[in-house]
Amino acid sequence: MGEFFAGWFPAGWEFLGYTVAALIQAFLLVNVIALGAFVFIWAERKVSARIQDRLGPTRTGGAFGWLQSLADGIKLLSKEDLMPKDADPILFKLAPYVAFAASFSAFMALPFASGWVALHLNIGLFFLIAVLGLEVFGVILAGYSSGSKWSLFGAMRQAAQVVSYEVPLGICVIVPLMICGTMDLVAIGDQQRGLFTNWLIFHDPFIFVVFWVYFTCAVASVNRAPFDLAEAESELVAGFLTEYSGMRWSLFFMAEYGSMILVSALAAILFFGGWNGPIPIFSALMDWFPNYLGNCWWFSTTANLFGLLCLLMKASIGVIAMMWVRWTFPRLRVDQVITMCLKYCVPIAAVCLLGVMFWTALGVPFFNDLLPAQDRALVREGWFKSGEKQADALLKSLSPSPDEEGEVE
Amino acid sequence: MTPLLAATSEAAINWHTVMFYVIALCACGFAVIVALTNNIVRMAFALIVSLAATSGLLFLAGAYFVGAMQLMIYVGGTVVLLIFGVMLTAQKAFITMRTQAGDWILGLLVGGTLLAVLVQLVFLIPEWQSSNYQSTADAQLVAYAEELKSQRARGEEITAEQRRRLELMAVKASEGMPQRTGEIGLALIGVRADKIESEQTGLAGYLLPFEIVSVHLLVVLVGAAFLARAKRHHHGGDVS
Repeated sequence: MGEFFAGWFPAGWEFLGYTVAALIQAFLLVNVIALGAFVFIWAERKVSARIQDRLGPTRTGGAFGWLQSLADGIKLLSKEDLMPKDADPILFKLAPYVAFAASFSAFMALPFASGWVALHLNIGLFFLIAVLGLEVFGVILAGYSSGSKWSLFGAMRQAAQVVSYEVPLGICVIVPLMICGTMDLVAIGDQQRGLFTNWLIFHDPFIFVVFWVYFTCAVASVNRAPFDLAEAESELVAGFLTEYSGMRWSLFFMAEYGSMILVSALAAILFFGGWNGPIPIFSALMDWFPNYLGNCWWFSTTANLFGLLCLLMKASIGVIAMMWVRWTFPRLRVDQVITMCLKYCVPIAAVCLLGVMFWTALGVPFFNDLLPAQDRALVREGWFKSGEKQADALLKSLSPSPDEEGEVE
Repeated sequence: MTPLLAATSEAAINWHTVMFYVIALCACGFAVIVALTNNIVRMAFALIVSLAATSGLLFLAGAYFVGAMQLMIYVGGTVVLLIFGVMLTAQKAFITMRTQAGDWILGLLVGGTLLAVLVQLVFLIPEWQSSNYQSTADAQLVAYAEELKSQRARGEEITAEQRRRLELMAVKASEGMPQRTGEIGLALIGVRADKIESEQTGLAGYLLPFEIVSVHLLVVLVGAAFLARAKRHHHGGDVS
């Protein structure tokens, strides 16, 4: 995108083009969180209402109450911004922004379709996991600076929970990484091209188990029920959020919904084929009409838009499942939370890690072909492939090849 | 990232340099705040921002793996532990700390020595003083491609080896720094895949920084154990 905009500006001012591209990307990413929160806050009310045999919002904005989130937003904006007397003023005001920034910056490295990523890192997965662990920092700050015992208790519980669930989460994430042989999220997604049997979740029985462990840990690490005892209304009067009101309160919830979308999208990329649909329509079309569609920019853009839709749909299913879990299961006690993590999630994930390792090392046949070995090597070697492409383009631009000259004559 | 660097080397504003100064100012400014503030929790907060800005510098330099490592180990791990320690141990008397004159002198001595060593090191290596790493790599790439072109014009075919070299140079010009995790893993045990092309073999790899990281973690653990142990003096009879 940067090159495209750079062409609009005179020589020496191309950086303006890159700035425009960066601003557009930042705008789109903010809207993934903002619009996502807008939709999912409404959806949460509807889902919880259906689960409890109620109707949920019906008045604001027509029959389905779809403007309820907007009304909530206006209400929160107009609330008074309170701060306790004992609070540390600077840290109290900073904490929501720290939490939100941690959630937001993880989206930088999240690919939304093949190559549609703001920052293409070849260690994208590692970066995402590292940034996801920073959210606890905003929580600790909020809890400590509030100057209230409820907040401090909530923050301690939350921090203990998130830090301990990072261990099984990390082990779970290693499994797809090990099968694909790369930490590049774009490459991991691209390796699952083809029929839906190529999705990593169908790779072998162990990774099927790993997905459920991942989902449990993800729910716990974004602090959703049944693991939400850090902000338990009945015991801790909302935990680390106790003293916050109005816009600062809603920033925390934006961060929470952002993290929910993030971990669901990550699950979709790691286990459910990412932006690849269940049936490879676009690559089949490409195979049938290679001469006509090979160089069509609009065709690849359409394919990527379709991929974006696929990924968002898979991520939404993940978020809805989290809501379903929230309104179905009872809240766990603090000892049950830690038992769940250390006694069940870690050993299961570790055994599955070993299992996948032996499965791959012993050459047990896969239920899927992922990609033919040669193609997989190509995707894995994407780094050299990009160099190959550039070398080709360079040679072509410097010396027109003989057959092209022939065409000119 | 590539075209950004390539474009900005001749642009009206070198955007890369601007970002470097902004982030470096952030890192240094918050480090100064750590030294100046008396409140221990604000100190920890400023320390975290400073360390996060340092990882931003690493990202700017193209060392993504080390940058993410910095985020995970320092910002995500050590400092959270530190805050836990502060929150669990800091009572009213310890929340605001006063620095004694002797500590000031000692600190200035250690810090000044380190600064002198680092400044000397910065001006020791000529490439670190120039910001045209990218344009040099681009120029080398174009020159080599021209050479291959003239070779082709003379009627000689380009060999696979030459082509491979061109590809490697294109990658070097596009990525700037070694980033592949495989290469970093090799570099950890001393094989610098990125240095093969430039014939600068014999470099030690990244084992030393990793050792420093692990020793740092060990020191943190020892400190935590010491803090936890110090309170039990009254129980034992013969323990001082």
